Amino acid sequence: MLKVNNLKINYGGIEAVKGISFSIEQGGIVTLIGANGAGKSTTLRCIAGLIKPRSGSIEFLGEDITGKDPAAIVARGITMVPEGRKIFSDLTVLENLKIGAYLRTESLDEDLKWIFDLFPRLKERSWQLGGTLSGGEQQMLSVGRALMSRPKLIMMDEPSLGLAPLIVRDIFEIIKEINRQGVTILLIEQNANMALKTADIGYVMETGRITLTGTGYELLTNEGVKAAYLGA
Amino acid sequence: MGFLETNLPYIMAGVSVGGQYALIAIGYTMVYGILRLINFAHGDIFMAAGFMMVYLSASLPLYLSIPLVIILTVLLGFLIERSAYAPLRKAPRMSIMISAIGVSYLIQNCAWYITSGLAKQYPAIPWISESVTVFSSTTKMVTVITPVLTFMLVAALVLLIKHTKFGMAMRAVSKDFETSQLMGIKINSVISTTFIIGSFLAAVGSLLFFSNYMTVTPTAGSMPGLKAFVAAVFGGIGSIPGAVLGAFIIGICENIIKGLGLTTFSDAFTFALLIIILIAKPTGLFGEKSTDKV
Repeated sequence: MLKVNNLKINYGGIEAVKGISFSIEQGGIVTLIGANGAGKSTTLRCIAGLIKPRSGSIEFLGEDITGKDPAAIVARGITMVPEGRKIFSDLTVLENLKIGAYLRTESLDEDLKWIFDLFPRLKERSWQLGGTLSGGEQQMLSVGRALMSRPKLIMMDEPSLGLAPLIVRDIFEIIKEINRQGVTILLIEQNANMALKTADIGYVMETGRITLTGTGYELLTNEGVKAAYLGA
Repeated sequence: MGFLETNLPYIMAGVSVGGQYALIAIGYTMVYGILRLINFAHGDIFMAAGFMMVYLSASLPLYLSIPLVIILTVLLGFLIERSAYAPLRKAPRMSIMISAIGVSYLIQNCAWYITSGLAKQYPAIPWISESVTVFSSTTKMVTVITPVLTFMLVAALVLLIKHTKFGMAMRAVSKDFETSQLMGIKINSVISTTFIIGSFLAAVGSLLFFSNYMTVTPTAGSMPGLKAFVAAVFGGIGSIPGAVLGAFIIGICENIIKGLGLTTFSDAFTFALLIIILIAKPTGLFGEKSTDKV
């Protein structure tokens, strides 16, 4: 589905990503784990079109999408849940959802029903301003907003960041549920334990390179990963 | 005669000029809201619209020259954004402000060059330049039309921003460029549209303003532009209702001061008001809580 080939990205004056290659199969959950500054977010932002790579290529459903602008990427079915949720605080919950479907022209009634079934809390609060929601609710709104574009691939940047453990568990349940409904997921997490338990395939990133690949279970039981990321 | 009867002409003039300031002030406040830029060239766009009318009406009938003035003013605003501001999107904010000051002087100098610095007679537009008597005081029709037209345009603009998909995108872009891009919004087209709306309102404002004052000079944009800017700051820069209210307050106060026989001080009053507001309530009447330093 998504093929990243020898991608190099300069960001903030340094080579943040130093030639990585990986691929994502349709229908799976793939995770990229690694420490702060490993280049995970930069990779996601590059796929989303927010930053241009220095070299390498990104292919989605057989089409080269390297260096396309964000609107073109969204139109092709890739969407992103940004780090820190980035809810539009002055827009209502309903507007936040509608703006997720900005490029679509058809009726959104069914999509809204779908999102409100997934997140009943959002329905109760649909007239509130986005900024008045709690952190967990904002994360759900951010995921719901991304789903409104009817993506084929959804990329999530640290969805558990700053949330209470119980809410984190909810978020991961939702990630699995969305995946069961047919959306492929690329997940970035510092919470490596949860991420690897959820994912089919994991990649470990260190200082701009992918150093290890395996199934979620293989990485969970890998001694090196345990020592570096699982605190065991 | 009672207070009202004596002062009615001044209040009416104040409401009228207030409406004209409001139409200019919206351009300042919208651009600030989206780019955090004080568009110093905005008053000069207003002036340029005045000269366009002078030259176009000399050879074209009014039913052609008026729409053409509006179209060309909109085009001017659009081109200024694309050529002088868009390339600086990622530059420090100070660079784009300096670019705006440069554009302001460029337009003024072009106007000096074309007109040799002479004041030009603004054409009389039938109907709106005609005299009309309201409550026993005689005034120009434009005095009566301005507040009505201003109100209609502001209402349309507020509806656009609050209740359309594009308005939603404008509100989103004004808060967060990057997340807006992730939604598929093309921020450059939203910004261009903001300048188009601002320039359109400035063109309408210039038609009304110069119909009242009758002459255009290359610096004719400075004082109304500055006062509209004060109005936008007074109302809380970034807020459209704030800018409109601020413009009416300034227009009315200014004319009441003139009515009291203190014409010499009417401009000074505007700026004294600005200083007082900035001391008492730095964010203005409807200002956002967190303001960026510029």
